[in-house]
Amino acid sequence: MSGPSSSEGNGPATLSEYRRREQSISLSPIEEQIAEAGIEETREELLTLNFGPHHPATHGVLRLLVTLQGEVVRDLKPIVGYVHTGIEKTAEDKSYWKVIPVIERMDYLAYYFNAMAFCAAVEELAEVEVPPRGQYLRVIHLELNRIASHLIWLGTSALDLGAVSIFLYCLRERELILDLFEMSSGQRMHTRYFQVGGVFEDIPRGFEPKLREFLREMPGRADEYGDILNSNEIVLQRLRGTCPLDAETLLSLGVTGPLLRAAGHPWDLRKADPYCSYGDFDFKIPIGTVGDNYDRFAVRLAEIYESVKIIQQAIDGLPEGPFITTDRKVALPPRHELATSMEALIHHFKLVTEGFRVPPGEIYMPIESPRGELACYVRSDGSSKPARVHMRDPSFVNLQALSHMVKGSYIADLIATVAMLDPILGGIDR
Amino acid sequence: MPDATGLELIAQELRAAEGAGPGAAAGSPVTDTVFFRERGTLIIEPERLRAVLAQLRDRGYRFLCSVHGVDHYPQEPRLGVVYELLDMSRVDRITVKVLLDADRPEVDSLCPDGDDGPGWPTADHQEREVYDMFGVVFRGHPDLRRILMPEDYEGHPLRRDFPVGGEPVRFTFNERDTSGTGA
Amino acid sequence: MEVKREPLAPDADGAADRRPLVTQLSSRQLLRGSELLGLNQPAHLSGAELLEGDELERHVHERVLTTSLDKAVAWARSNSFFPLAFGLACCAMEQFHAAGPRMDIARFGYEAFRASPRQADLIILAGRVSVKMAPIIRRLYDQMLEPKWAISMGACCSSMGVFNNYALVPADKFLPIDVYVPGCPPRPEGLMHGVLKLRKMVQDDPDMGWRERYGARGTEEVLPEPGAEDRRGAAVSVPSERGRLA
Repeated sequence: MSGPSSSEGNGPATLSEYRRREQSISLSPIEEQIAEAGIEETREELLTLNFGPHHPATHGVLRLLVTLQGEVVRDLKPIVGYVHTGIEKTAEDKSYWKVIPVIERMDYLAYYFNAMAFCAAVEELAEVEVPPRGQYLRVIHLELNRIASHLIWLGTSALDLGAVSIFLYCLRERELILDLFEMSSGQRMHTRYFQVGGVFEDIPRGFEPKLREFLREMPGRADEYGDILNSNEIVLQRLRGTCPLDAETLLSLGVTGPLLRAAGHPWDLRKADPYCSYGDFDFKIPIGTVGDNYDRFAVRLAEIYESVKIIQQAIDGLPEGPFITTDRKVALPPRHELATSMEALIHHFKLVTEGFRVPPGEIYMPIESPRGELACYVRSDGSSKPARVHMRDPSFVNLQALSHMVKGSYIADLIATVAMLDPILGGIDR
Repeated sequence: MPDATGLELIAQELRAAEGAGPGAAAGSPVTDTVFFRERGTLIIEPERLRAVLAQLRDRGYRFLCSVHGVDHYPQEPRLGVVYELLDMSRVDRITVKVLLDADRPEVDSLCPDGDDGPGWPTADHQEREVYDMFGVVFRGHPDLRRILMPEDYEGHPLRRDFPVGGEPVRFTFNERDTSGTGA
Repeated sequence: MEVKREPLAPDADGAADRRPLVTQLSSRQLLRGSELLGLNQPAHLSGAELLEGDELERHVHERVLTTSLDKAVAWARSNSFFPLAFGLACCAMEQFHAAGPRMDIARFGYEAFRASPRQADLIILAGRVSVKMAPIIRRLYDQMLEPKWAISMGACCSSMGVFNNYALVPADKFLPIDVYVPGCPPRPEGLMHGVLKLRKMVQDDPDMGWRERYGARGTEEVLPEPGAEDRRGAAVSVPSERGRLA
C-alpha cells in the first residue's frame, strides 16, 4: 500500500466514518504509485508457473513450466519422466515372448499397437510370415483399439473443456469395445493377444455378431458426440482458431499422426506404406485445413468412422485358415498336438522355457498408432532375449510441438491444446 | 527403402561429395553399409554426422523419425546412436548410425542450426533421452539435461552393464526384512 | 384390557432372556457381571472389579454413547470418501471405468473426485510409481487432511508388478496403504471390491493399528531406520535367511 495519494482528505460530513476511512486509502493507478515511489521504469513481470505433475487437466503426469505475461503464455517447458518405468531395460531381460506383455504397457491406451510394432519387428527379423486370417484379426483388433483410444481422448478432452457428460458417453462405448476384447482374449486391457507370428487364439463364436452389433451402433453414437460438441458454442470458441501450427514446422519437429493430418499433410502409414494387409481395405484419411485445435478434434472424430469402415470390411472378408504361423519354432503348437506328436512337445517345451532364437540384426518397424508413427527398434544378437528394444513413441516427439503451438495464447488455450495434443505419458516416459 | 545397389550408390555419392566439398577432411565419411531385410543402414564417422545428414536431406530424406541409442556391450565401439530418416514423397527410409566409444561418447547435436544447413528441432528431446539413458554427450545441444530420470541420478540405466535393479516383493514372511514404512 | 408387565429378570429355570433389546437394556447387568443372566462376562472385569452405583452409571453412559457415536461417525465417513483424482498410468483407465456408467462408483457415493488434495481423503494410487514421482505423491498424501486412507490399485504400486526394476518404487515404501487391489490392471469390479473393503474397514474398526505398525501419523516425515541402506542393498535377490523360497 505504498503511495499515499488520497485526493480527498476528509469526505463530506454526510458520509459515514467507514466510508471516510475507505476514501482515505484509495489507491491510485500503479503507474502513479511507481512514479511517486521513484522507480524509473515499469516492467511487467514474467511469472513462471508450475503446472505440476498432479493437475486435473493434464493427461497423465505431465509437468509444464509455463512462463506467463498476465494470462498470455510466453514460453513453455514440459518436464517428463514421472512415470518412467524402465520398460526398455526390462525388455532386454526377458525372452521375446515375455517382452510382449511388458511392451504393451508402454502406451497404455494403444496396447495392441505396441504389441503390433514389436511383433512385426520380430517377425521381420526372424522372417516369419503371418497368415492372412491372423493379419485380418490383427487389423480388427487394432482398429477397435484405435476407436477405444479416440474415445478416451474425446472423453477426457471434453472433460477438460467442461463438457462432463461426453466423458460418460465415451466410457459407455468403450465398455462395449472392452467387452469385445475380453471375448477374444480374456482381458480388457493389455491382452497380450498379439504374438509373434499371428494372434494367440481364434475369435470365439459369439464375437462376430457382437462386433457387428457394435459396428451398427458406433457411427450413430459418434454422430451424437459430433452433434453435441459441434453445436456447443463454448467448445467451438475454445477450439476454432486457437493455437494453429503449420505443416512445415510440424514436419521439422517430427510430428506425425492426427496432428500432422490436421495441418493438411496427408501422411498416414496405413496408406503410404501398408503393412498387415491394410492395403486390402478401402478407407479414407481425414485431413484438416487450418491446423488449429478444431481441426485436430475433427480429424480424430472422423477417424472413428473410418475405423468402423475398416473393421466392417475386415469382418466381412475374414479369410479362413490358421491364425498364427505354422512355424513351430516360433509359435506354440496347438494343445491337441501335444498328446500325439513328440516334436510338438519338444517345441512347446523349448518355446516356453527358453523361447525362440532370433537371428542377429537390427530392425526399425513403424506402424500408425492413434497418435502418430509408433515404431519399434529391435536389435537381436542371436540369443533368445532381445539386445535392445526401443519404442519410438509418437507422443514423446509430438510433445516438442506443444511449446510452439501455445506461444502467445491464453492459459485456457493451453489446456485445450494439451487436450488436443493427446499425450499419453506412458508412451512419453516409457 | 533403397535397395542394395541404391544404398551403395548413396554411399558412393556421399564419399564423393565429402571429398569434393570445401574444407572436407580426408577419408570417407561412410565406414560401412549394411543392407538387411530390405532396409539400408549407413555407418558414419561421428565427426561427419551433420554433413552427411545435410546431404541426405538434400536428396529428399527430410523427415527425421527417430534418434535412439544402442549399447553393443561386448563389441567395441560400444555405444551407437541411430538416426532414422524418412523421405515422405517417395516413402523411402534410410538409417544412419554412428559408433562411439564409451570413455568419450561425444557427437554433434542436430538441434542447432549449423553452417551446413538448418537444424533438426525434432532431435531435442530424443537426444536428451539418449544422453540420459546412455551417457552420450551431444555437443551444442541447447539444454542437455536428464529427461526421464531425476536430475541428480547417477548412472546411465540403459547401458548393458547397468543392473536391472528392483525391489524384493514384500510378503508377510519377509515383511520385516524388506524396507518399507517403518516395518 | 389388562397390561402385563414382566420384569427383566430371567425365568425361573435360569434361561437368559436373549432378545437383543433386552440385552442392550441390561448392559448394566452385563457390566456388573451378573451371573444371573448367564451371559459371558467381559474378560477384564473379574469379580473384584465390579462397578457399582455411580461409577457403573458413568461407565455405561460413556461406553454405550461413545461406541454408538464412534460407530455413527465411522458410518458417515465410510460412505463419503472423497477420492483424489489421481491416475498415473494404465490403472487410471480402469479407474475411469469404475467411475463410468456401467460400474458406477456414484452408487456408493464416491463420485466426488476432488482435484485438490486438501479436499480429498482417499488417494487411489492408480498406476506405476516411478522414482521421480514418489516424493510428489508423498507430498500430496501429506497435504490430505486426517483421517485419510490410501488404496494401492494394481500390481505395480502394490508390489512392483510386471516391472521389477530400477525405475519403480512400491507404494508401501513411502505411504501407509490400507487396501491393496491386485490386477494388471484390476477390473473396475476389482477396484470396487477394494473400495468397499475399505469402507467395511472404516465402519468396523477405524483404527486397525496400522498407523502404529507403519509409524505413520499425521504429516510426519518418515525417516529411514538406521540400517535400512544395508537392507536395500539386497535389492535384486530376496533375502532368504529363514530358508524360504527366494
